Amino acid sequence: MTTSSSTATEHGGDVRLTGISKTYDNGFTAVRPLDLTVPAGSFFALLGASGCGKTTTLRMIAGLEEPTTGTVRLGDQDVTGLPPYKRPVNTVFQSYALFPHLDIFENVAFGLRRRGIKSVKKQVEEMLDLVQLGEQARKKPHQLSGGQQQRVAVARALINHPQVLLLDEPLGALDLKLRRQMQLELKRIQTEVGITFIHVTHDQEEAMTMADTVAVMNAGTVEQLGAPTDLYENPRSTFVANFLGTSNFVSCEISGRGGDELTLTAGDGKLALFADRCSAPTTTGGKLLLGVRPEKISIVHADDAASVPVGRNRLTGRIKDSSFIGVSTQYVVEGPLCDGFEVYAQNVERDPRLVPGAEVVLHWNPAHSFGLDATQDVEAGAAKVEEDAAA
Amino acid sequence: MRWLRKNLVVIAGLLTLAYLLLPNAVVTVFSFNKPKGRFNYEWTQFSTDAWKHPCGVADMCGSLSISLQIAVWATLVSTALGTMIAFALVRYRFRARGAVNSLIFLPMAMPEVVMAASLLTLFLNMGARLGFWTILIAHIMFCLSFVVTAVKARVMSMDPRLEQAAQDLYAGPAQTFLRVTLPIAAPGIAAGALLAFALSFDDFIITNFNAGSTVTFPMFVWGSAQRGTPVQINVIGTAMFLVAVVCVVVGMAAGRRRNKPAA
Repeated sequence: MTTSSSTATEHGGDVRLTGISKTYDNGFTAVRPLDLTVPAGSFFALLGASGCGKTTTLRMIAGLEEPTTGTVRLGDQDVTGLPPYKRPVNTVFQSYALFPHLDIFENVAFGLRRRGIKSVKKQVEEMLDLVQLGEQARKKPHQLSGGQQQRVAVARALINHPQVLLLDEPLGALDLKLRRQMQLELKRIQTEVGITFIHVTHDQEEAMTMADTVAVMNAGTVEQLGAPTDLYENPRSTFVANFLGTSNFVSCEISGRGGDELTLTAGDGKLALFADRCSAPTTTGGKLLLGVRPEKISIVHADDAASVPVGRNRLTGRIKDSSFIGVSTQYVVEGPLCDGFEVYAQNVERDPRLVPGAEVVLHWNPAHSFGLDATQDVEAGAAKVEEDAAA
Repeated sequence: MRWLRKNLVVIAGLLTLAYLLLPNAVVTVFSFNKPKGRFNYEWTQFSTDAWKHPCGVADMCGSLSISLQIAVWATLVSTALGTMIAFALVRYRFRARGAVNSLIFLPMAMPEVVMAASLLTLFLNMGARLGFWTILIAHIMFCLSFVVTAVKARVMSMDPRLEQAAQDLYAGPAQTFLRVTLPIAAPGIAAGALLAFALSFDDFIITNFNAGSTVTFPMFVWGSAQRGTPVQINVIGTAMFLVAVVCVVVGMAAGRRRNKPAA
């Protein structure tokens, strides 16, 4: 999480939170002491379910919330004690918070005018062109669509060339199609201006599509931090494994080790896992949760069990449910070791025998398994995604 | 029947409007009357005499000027105080906030005549000389609750994130208040101020108790109604009505222009 010194000076440096926490007057702790470094010029996402402390963290960087402990540093400057209007950061608010009494031009010019800049016309027009709203300059916010308002909010913040742009669920109010469009748009703008973006969202796909680095937050702490592919392939807790996509778990015991490869026993079955994909202690006799993503699993009918290559992890079960969704088919498989396993199979050559009730063999490359500490709740993070999807 | 069913809403609306405006129409028409005798109750002859000499009646324009002065001062003071109280009640949590919140409504709920009598008792016990100042103090008191109510409704519906956004965009506390809070609360403040002006200008009961020898316009009208009503009263009434209508029309036109697409 370090950056070269040249970019640090160019963009004003990293955002560094040290031991920062927030406990409200009513005793609720929104953020437990956490350390976080956001490299200058990166697109960083804080991902988590509602109430996990991600927005509070963002507001502490903006200065709208006073941290109970800890410090906020922007580059070399300690801004912990500075009020929001003295910090070189700007925020895109969740409901945009555009000033209803000012037109679009004056909304965008607001920050420049407050800093005593007299000739704002050229800059504002350029900024409105960047977000493709040049024609709307004299309209009032309520005359624009949601997507346009969102772009005004971005323009109003970006025109000040902040060291850091904070985005608080900026796409939450938009419909799905517009949201996809704005994700690309925001990513384009970020690449173009090179400013550090810190993006708060509860949408895991949004975080993975847009951000260079994602911090998954849960109950006021950062569960795991890393590049989207790294988080998805190597989750270090069941929360991350379930919150980012879907995961299947098998409870196992470590029965042996050969080089890098661990041999695991689950019931009467044997499974393999590479030690470098395991975040739990790998002592023989220890308990583990072996995880595997649904799309890594191949599914064959029990009659063809002999066709499964040697060296693959395999489990047997029966199809409980299947749903055809065009590009793929999603199966739910029940078995002695794989209770409620989800399997996504691409619809390349569909086997007509794979219907609910059919006996099947599941198999996958051992390299696609990951190992987690067995003391965790297997369901952690899974229910929360559904709640948000329903909301 | 079909026609009636289709247009019933319009007819009901027009009837209600007629009911509301008929008294005003009568006042206006009789301002052009030339009555025989002292009472302006019967139509005799069209004349613009009263309009040409609006201050032709002794003491009337003096009382009008006192009423206007009191109304302006009562509006200014109660609007300033009421706006601050409203912000305090909505924005801050302080001891006795609940009590203040309900006590502020009391002047609106209390029978005016009771309030008038108790105010008089208070002033007399304090040895205050009744007149302009006692009327003004009384008016500020009862206008205050109306201003607080009007402004409070507006402040409560205000998104606190707007002020946070202003602060985020480099506006200090004073700038935030002047550039964002005040303009957004302005319609509520204006409504409160108009209400205060109207209430103060035509108040009779409380004023009558606490006026001493000062005569306001409503008191003058009341007094002259005993001895005969000069046409000039209708002239002043009609003029006030016209000023109010012009204010409303200008306000609506400004509001419409503000909301019209700029394209």
